[in-house]
Amino acid sequence: MAEEKKLKLSHTLLPAESMKVMAEAMGIAQVPEETSQLLADEVSYRIKEIAQDALKFMHMGKRRKLTTGDVDYALKLKNVEPLYGFHAQEFIPFRYASGGGRELYFYEEKEVDLSDIINTPLPRVPLDVCLKAHWLSIEGTQPAIPENPPPAPKEQQKAEATEPLKSTKPGQEENGPLKGQGQSAAAPDGKGKEKKAPVLEGAPLKLKPRSIHELSVEQQLYYKEITEACVGSCEAKRAEALQSIATDPGLYQMLPRFSTFISEGVRVNVVQNNLALLIYLMRMVKALMDNPTLYLEKYLHELIPAVMTCIVSRQLCLRPDVDNHWALRDFAARLIAQICKNFSTTTNNIQSRITKTFTKSWVDEKTPWTTRYGSIAGLAELGHDVIKTLILPRLQVEGERVRGIVEGPVVSNIDKIGADHVQSLLLVSAGEGGPPRPPPSTLSCPPPPAAAPPSR
Amino acid sequence: MGIQYLHNPFHSVLSMCITITRQTLAIIYLQALSFIYTDVIPLVYLDTFAVGGGVPVEDQPDVSAVLSAYKQQGDPALYEEYYSGLKHFIECALDCHRAELSQLFYPLFVHMYLELVYNQHENEAKSFFEKFHGDQECYYQDDLRVLSSLTKKEHMKGNETMLDFRTSKFVLRISRDSYQLLKRHLQEKQNNQIWNIVQEHLYIDIFDGMPRSKQQIDAMVGSLAGEAKREANKAKVFFGLLKEPEIEVPLDDEDEEGENEEGKPKKKKPKRESMGSKSKKQDPNAPPQTRIPLPELKDSDKLDKIMNMKEATKRVRLGPECLPSICFYTFLNAYQGLTAVDVTDDSSMIVGGFADSTVRVWSVTPKKLRSVKSAADLSLIDKESDDVLERIMDEKTASELKILYGHSGPVYGTSFSPDRNYLLSCSEDGTVRLWSLQTFTCLVGYKGHNYPVWDTQFSPYGYYFVSGGHDRVARLWATDHYQPLRIFAGHLADVTCTRFHPNSNYIATGSADRTVRLWDVLNGNCVRIFTGHKGPIHSLAFSPNGRFLATGATDGRVLLWDIGHGLMVGELKGHTDTVYALRFSRDGEILASGSMDNTVRLWDAVKVFEDLETDDFTTATGHINLPENSQDLLLGTYMTKSTPVIHLHFTRRNLLLASGAYSPQ
Repeated sequence: MAEEKKLKLSHTLLPAESMKVMAEAMGIAQVPEETSQLLADEVSYRIKEIAQDALKFMHMGKRRKLTTGDVDYALKLKNVEPLYGFHAQEFIPFRYASGGGRELYFYEEKEVDLSDIINTPLPRVPLDVCLKAHWLSIEGTQPAIPENPPPAPKEQQKAEATEPLKSTKPGQEENGPLKGQGQSAAAPDGKGKEKKAPVLEGAPLKLKPRSIHELSVEQQLYYKEITEACVGSCEAKRAEALQSIATDPGLYQMLPRFSTFISEGVRVNVVQNNLALLIYLMRMVKALMDNPTLYLEKYLHELIPAVMTCIVSRQLCLRPDVDNHWALRDFAARLIAQICKNFSTTTNNIQSRITKTFTKSWVDEKTPWTTRYGSIAGLAELGHDVIKTLILPRLQVEGERVRGIVEGPVVSNIDKIGADHVQSLLLVSAGEGGPPRPPPSTLSCPPPPAAAPPSR
Repeated sequence: MGIQYLHNPFHSVLSMCITITRQTLAIIYLQALSFIYTDVIPLVYLDTFAVGGGVPVEDQPDVSAVLSAYKQQGDPALYEEYYSGLKHFIECALDCHRAELSQLFYPLFVHMYLELVYNQHENEAKSFFEKFHGDQECYYQDDLRVLSSLTKKEHMKGNETMLDFRTSKFVLRISRDSYQLLKRHLQEKQNNQIWNIVQEHLYIDIFDGMPRSKQQIDAMVGSLAGEAKREANKAKVFFGLLKEPEIEVPLDDEDEEGENEEGKPKKKKPKRESMGSKSKKQDPNAPPQTRIPLPELKDSDKLDKIMNMKEATKRVRLGPECLPSICFYTFLNAYQGLTAVDVTDDSSMIVGGFADSTVRVWSVTPKKLRSVKSAADLSLIDKESDDVLERIMDEKTASELKILYGHSGPVYGTSFSPDRNYLLSCSEDGTVRLWSLQTFTCLVGYKGHNYPVWDTQFSPYGYYFVSGGHDRVARLWATDHYQPLRIFAGHLADVTCTRFHPNSNYIATGSADRTVRLWDVLNGNCVRIFTGHKGPIHSLAFSPNGRFLATGATDGRVLLWDIGHGLMVGELKGHTDTVYALRFSRDGEILASGSMDNTVRLWDAVKVFEDLETDDFTTATGHINLPENSQDLLLGTYMTKSTPVIHLHFTRRNLLLASGAYSPQ
């Protein structure tokens, strides 16, 4: 039987009134109702006919979009003079107006001053057609170059991570962006079902074939270049490398390597107190996170500990009294907040786990000032709610502790610097999380903490 | 010789382009340009103008006569009753008959509707349409849309689609049993209205044996005028390849070169011999060598053949395990204006036809495009010297891109001649133009189609070319005749694409009426009609051995046909938009398809065709039973970056070249 697919038929007819209006515009005053109805029917039919012919020109022109040119050619087929003046490719210059219960579309013709046109500088000549070659495929595999679309769209990377049963032979990935465009979309779906069915029936479970992540020579070279540049001494090169990590669409195959590189790098350099390298590695994390084509979820278990280390580690540099390791802690804290924002879900609970870690080390009496600073910074980056519920209540206790160091006998210079930093951090973050500042005119309530003049 | 040229319109155009004073130089020059077809006796166009369904002209004199067939009418109020009565009968029929009889719905629906409209029962017609259009198969949507806008008798006159319904009978294939059932029912019910339509407007092709299944029917229907009659595909087709001419290869020379290049002459030699022996054997299915007069090979052609053979020895053997590399040529800044692409056989040049009426030729090798010197400069050349061919070229004109101006509408088709001396282009302005790639000027404008010309292609042996357009006919031309040699008429809608068979004896045309036809060049007869596509056909490709034809349409499907038996042998589903490009690899192992959905797909052509040999029954009855194996046959899908693929080409070494215009959304 015929498929129950409803044919979209247009029963659009021009209203008879339009005919009257047009006749009036032509100077024919009294058009009988019957005549205008007949005219409307006829005109509607002709317009549809022309539209169908115009579609033909669109198909032969190998385009998806009907242009005004197509309509012109369709008119020409019927020996009708084309409409001149509608040559904009992108935009049809009709304006809409309504009023008095009538809706109107009209063609706005402004009066143009010729001298204006003559005096304006000529627009730039559009670029000419040119031919550019690239490899779409090399012996069956698509190279990851900017000319090709990202090799594995994020959905597919995700599907690979979460649905290992789904085969990813090249050519069956059309359930990505193309899905639902045509009738054939049913085919891949059907396949998916077939594959899943045996699992439910207890047939031998199909495991994902162990894929060998082998990098091509080019990829290996790229990896080497990038990692060397990222931790090397040349700042210009590093910027370039980070830019590449943040924008290249074809990095997903190298992602496990980068992730390991970062986590190992942090592990080694924390022990060696190499502040510079830690900063470089955190910048790599940032670049990875900036890349919109990467599906990072699979590697968070390596990245989060590395970033956390850079926030709360007791010592991150050789000379804690001089080096600015505070900046690194701030930067990493922002990263972790970004991670929470991007990836935290109700199932993985990343944010609450991270919050717990921070609070635990902050509450501990014996925590050194550096770690204390990191924990507060980390918490402070997590947003107003966290500040309100976790930082503000402890403000007084912490204030006492800071005062103990700052005003008490000098125990050690390092502690004093630490306490100073904690204090200024608390001032800033408490200011953000506190109640909204009242307008300046009301002086009755005491100024919020952030408004207090800094002690130093 | 001079006299001969005087008769030649081709020459007169040429002589206008370039005036060369000295006769001798002119001859040298013409030889260089290989304009001399002294031995070709072109097909004379007087003998047959193949006229199949009548050449459709806008104001056909017999329109009113044709339409008046609708004059006899029953009571308009009863139409719905008749139709639903039949519908009820068919739905209650046995399963095996139901699928077959359901084929009647659509043509009956259309004819009844048209009768109502013709007899000016506008309201009845509307309600009839409303009530039953939902029952029709989804692939008739486009026609239904046309039908729905047609509500008045006056509209019918100019409407071509509806004229087709009148002029040609809708063909149905039904088994004898089902037909008897229908006949008995209609006679019992005294349902004369429907019986009249069946008698007058339908052609029922009755066969003996089992009724076909719904699936089998669905595979074959969908065209504007029903299925092809069985006898339409019975004619013998010589689908084999012509014997390759023997070329005396200066063997010593070659082996030396081979050694120099490859360093392993041992391996190369046996291969060459095998190739030689292959070409000597006459294919039993091939047409007689001189069935169609073909131009004699020139020295430059022979050189090219030798080059081709050399390249062939370095050809990659493709297969599911060894997929071709794809090089994509993107046209940037085309502003949605690229409408046609072609690549020379040796992959040295690419031509693009554009919506702004220009034709642009690019050289994709380091060798730049040069034109010959002006007449005055040519006369100064020492014509005895060995490198005269090199000397006539003007070094100053060397560039990567040449733009050819001449058309006055979008260029919808382009084709290089096999010897790379000429280029054809066809356009909305109704002309086909022949350009010289030596002077980069237009030589001839062939006027014949008065409406847009959608496609054109050179014969694989040069000299002849085919064009097809909106006037629903395809024409065969010879470059030196200003009128067509053959007119292939029969399609019921625009001829959208045309292709020569590799042996140049046949031409395939695809049309917006959703059929593919194969025409005999010798006598202009239509020898095959392939139905099964559900949308206008936009691409055609012959397999290199000449046995199979692949066709792609707007429905996104690629269908494969056995030309010898006239059967559908495969269906490749996967594309989600119009397939604009199809090409077999040089040895026919891989079929590549390119589409509007921004993908290139590769299919295993060997596997499709190998399953086929086994079944004798289908050959006898023509009932096909296609397996649903598109997913297994698909070897790879390659997405482009918002670039629809509109041309594919395999180089002589089996590298796939694809091209299209970047069109950001």
